[in-house]
Amino acid sequence: MTLPLHLQAITELAAQLAAKKISAVELTSAVIARTRATEPRVHAFNSSDEATALAQAAASDVRRAAGQSCGPLDGIPIGLKDVIAVKDQPLTASSKMLAKFVSPYDATVTTKLKNAGAVLHGRLNCDEFAMGSSTENSAFGPTSNPWDLARVPGGSSGGSAAALAAGSAIATLGSDTGGSIRQPASFCGVVGLKPTYGLVSRFGLIAYASSLDQIGPFARTVEDAAIVLGAIAGHDERDSTSFKTAIPDYRAELAARRGPWRIGIPKEYFGAGLDPEIGAAVEQAIAFYKKLGCEIREVSLPHTQYCLDTYYIIATAEASSNLARYDGVRYGHRSAQAKDIVDLYFQSRAEGFGAEVKRRIILGTYVLSSGYYDAFYLRAQKVRTLIRQDFLNAYQEVDALLTPTSPIPAFKLGEKSDPLAMYLCDIYTIGVNLAGLPAISVPCGFTKTNLPIGLQLIGQPYQEANLLALAQAYERGHEWNAKHPNL
Amino acid sequence: MSSAPQLNIDHVAKLARLALTPEEKAQFAAQLGSVLHHIEQLAKVDVAGVEPSAHAFAVHNVWQDDVARPGLTVADALRNAPAQRENMIAVPKVVE
Amino acid sequence: MTSVTHSVPSVSQSSINYEAVIGLEVHVQIKTASKVFTRVAAGYGHEPNSLTDPVVLGLPGALPVMNKAALDAIIKAGLLLGCEIAPVCKWDRKQYFYPDSPKNYQISQYDQPICLGGSVEIELPGAARNVMGAHKNIPLTRIHLEEDVGKLNHGATESLVDYNRAGTPLMEIVSDPAMHSAEEAYAYLTSIRATMIYGGISDCDMEKGQLRCDANISIRPVGQAKLGTKVELKNLNSISFVRDGIEHEIKRQLAVIERGGTIVQETRDYDGMTGTSQSLRTKEEAHDYRYFPDPDLLPVAVDAAWKARLQAECPELPFAKQRRFQADYALPYTLTSVLVWDRALADYFEEAAKLSGKPQAVGNWIANDLLREIGHAKIELASSKVRPAHLAALVQLVEAGTVLNQAAKEIFTEMFATGELPEAIAEKRGLKAAPTDNNELEQWCRDSIAANAKALAEFKAGKDSAINAFKGPVMKAAKGKANPKLVDETLRRLLAGM
Ligand SMILES: [Mg+2]
Ligand SMILES: [Zn+2]
Repeated sequence: MTLPLHLQAITELAAQLAAKKISAVELTSAVIARTRATEPRVHAFNSSDEATALAQAAASDVRRAAGQSCGPLDGIPIGLKDVIAVKDQPLTASSKMLAKFVSPYDATVTTKLKNAGAVLHGRLNCDEFAMGSSTENSAFGPTSNPWDLARVPGGSSGGSAAALAAGSAIATLGSDTGGSIRQPASFCGVVGLKPTYGLVSRFGLIAYASSLDQIGPFARTVEDAAIVLGAIAGHDERDSTSFKTAIPDYRAELAARRGPWRIGIPKEYFGAGLDPEIGAAVEQAIAFYKKLGCEIREVSLPHTQYCLDTYYIIATAEASSNLARYDGVRYGHRSAQAKDIVDLYFQSRAEGFGAEVKRRIILGTYVLSSGYYDAFYLRAQKVRTLIRQDFLNAYQEVDALLTPTSPIPAFKLGEKSDPLAMYLCDIYTIGVNLAGLPAISVPCGFTKTNLPIGLQLIGQPYQEANLLALAQAYERGHEWNAKHPNL
Repeated sequence: MSSAPQLNIDHVAKLARLALTPEEKAQFAAQLGSVLHHIEQLAKVDVAGVEPSAHAFAVHNVWQDDVARPGLTVADALRNAPAQRENMIAVPKVVE
Repeated sequence: MTSVTHSVPSVSQSSINYEAVIGLEVHVQIKTASKVFTRVAAGYGHEPNSLTDPVVLGLPGALPVMNKAALDAIIKAGLLLGCEIAPVCKWDRKQYFYPDSPKNYQISQYDQPICLGGSVEIELPGAARNVMGAHKNIPLTRIHLEEDVGKLNHGATESLVDYNRAGTPLMEIVSDPAMHSAEEAYAYLTSIRATMIYGGISDCDMEKGQLRCDANISIRPVGQAKLGTKVELKNLNSISFVRDGIEHEIKRQLAVIERGGTIVQETRDYDGMTGTSQSLRTKEEAHDYRYFPDPDLLPVAVDAAWKARLQAECPELPFAKQRRFQADYALPYTLTSVLVWDRALADYFEEAAKLSGKPQAVGNWIANDLLREIGHAKIELASSKVRPAHLAALVQLVEAGTVLNQAAKEIFTEMFATGELPEAIAEKRGLKAAPTDNNELEQWCRDSIAANAKALAEFKAGKDSAINAFKGPVMKAAKGKANPKLVDETLRRLLAGM
């Protein structure tokens, strides 16, 4: 039985498009139809512009007919997390603050996807300003996990993961500051890649924590992720932190790079709090790699216990500053109550931001404030150095690290009301951001209650080609991604 | 940081230009109190002689040559303005 | 030091003498094509909000990228002022909410500025116009680079914001609290402005806001080391307002002390039109700018080669030039003060001086005639039709006696209007000194000597100037067209034989 178009992989669809068995308009129409059917239950989208998407699909068909197809993404519907700017489209960051904001410019990744011929379908829901781990912090309501609508899709890029799992996109982009791609990918049973810091331009990505944020793909397969990464990666003059490095053909490299790899298992990632079902699934993955001939070695990342604190200091400090621009003056929500300019700031921000954003702004402002900077912010920056050093030390003896993506599977909507409990969901993913490393979450099984489990593989800086090949080696030995949620 | 850090939420909210309701203040103070309590353990890390990392990677001298390119049209610059007059952003009168 | 009375003017208040302590924060806009952290054009006088892009407006997702030319310019400024250029500097966010600040933080430099130390050489007024005043070096604390903010236009009920200026590269030059009078502050600003213009770093047009100055002023009893409570004086938007405003503030503080009051730390706004100041706000709590390193920008590392390249582009500064002009060309102080403050004028002078070999004469022509004509015509030196070669040729004609002074003035006027060479003008208009028949000249000279026995006796007695008495009748006989040099020579030859 062939899968409906909306559940197929880019590689499969690209082949059919190339063979002119299907048209981009047909494919886009199928995805739009699927979106309409599932959105009332999933709510992965903040907005979508079907007419523009169909026009882009039609243009793709014209290109293809003229023999000028741009490559494997030409005509493929891709959804973008609603923190990535698309000219003339809403850009809300799932915040009331930007509910009416329309971007006058394209993010660099948007330009790159357009140049690759992709059909940009939808602005995907997320936690407000990418702050959260469940997509419940959206001003426009939460997204549901397609595997269990009573559960969260993870976050902050929950809409991107859920839309893909639901068949409302063929691939999506998210952003990952502390796990915001990998954790929802694991919750929704898809592949999610957080590239090395600096590999993908942040220009046009609404900043949460600038030194940690990175855009990356959600995809059905590792190969699809490689294709999307190839389209969006590369040096950008408009992002000073963008890295100058040659971008390999990640897809072609998949075949070229074969193990056996030396895989490190950080012992600190398997302690208390790890769901036993997830632990067991990850153990099986380790056994699988062993069977492939990989060398498995226990390693230690001794500063792991400090990752969470370091992350919440650095991320909130940067966020408090990055979000100062949302003041109701030039754009965004302006309070109608304001008596004067100072009041305009206080009221617009009070009305425009949700609770989690306010909380993080308060925390971030505090750790930078006079008298506390050294004890919090400066110290966190130093601990960050130690955390990165832990990873680099480990890479002296191994090629990659293997861990669970999340200690727990998707939890119920409303289940985690305590911020600290929510923050603890990120313990396996944030170290990677602090160290700037690439990491991927690939499906590695299901719980007894049919919730997806994710396996995290962490690579060396700018060695995405190796990381993807390592992930694909696992993927090839399993069929987890053949399963789709009942929607 | 050995002693419990005091979060003066009124002061910090003022710095951040955030009007908080009494309920929010009470709630945030409690929630952030437990976060800060957790964060206190950072004081245990020996950071003597450790360089702070402001960036993921140590790179320097990233710049562009001084060549002007077109920017936004005035219409695009003001497209999202909550209030405007004479092609400028209007705000309540600023008293210096 | 002879300058003591200038540098530390003490002001008597009952039995205690007070001195003022002044530190200046000078903001200088760097002249670049594009802004400091994005490549949209920088400029003045454009339609409101027409020089913006997502970065300037602080739109969601926008990111800053450094402007290499702005870095070059500030390093050059640092080299010109003898600063130490930091091997590594970084960018920090200075956080405060204000509607002219698009991101509500300003990208600036906090604890690692690009330039450290250095000094500004100043000259204080001399005893008279033609007497050089005392020179002094005002030490600098630092110079850093930052982005300018937008401009607020205040109406009756609302303020309107134009972000065209936002993001213009801005240099902040911070002096030590090392000045003691309004005169020093005035001289300091004048010197900074000349240095920046010389270096091609800024045009420093205060009306366009390219040079802005805030002053921190305090007074203390002479001999006291601790600084008094400082008052920040803002909006000193012309160089003379800086002088007047500081003068006014020192007097105001003395008056407060005299009344038995205490100085309150505050920011005051000086109104140059009325010569009054008023309190803007007392600093009830110190600002908490929450500086932290900007994660969007990477540090700058300046190596020796970069510095050397910019050092090679550094021009000689006015005071150094003045010393050289005095030494090499034997120019008087007054003439050097006219020439050295305008780099183009000084270059013009040197070119003409070298071509003619007569620096003093060239200097006089520039100071007396060229500048006057340029002023009347309201043109720039660069568009004057009188080029250095013209002036040099004219000076040589006069020197050779080919044209006389009065004729030379006429030639200059025509040359200024037409750009013709002086020789051609003299020829065309018959302004050359008459070709002299030596025998006739000799006869006139003999007649003149013979007619003035008194002068002859005086000359023979050793009074050289007595020779002038013979020249008038000779010139009269020659109807004013004799070559004065030749007249002088002939008279001397004849007198020597008597
Ligand atoms: Mg300042
Ligand atoms: Zn400044």
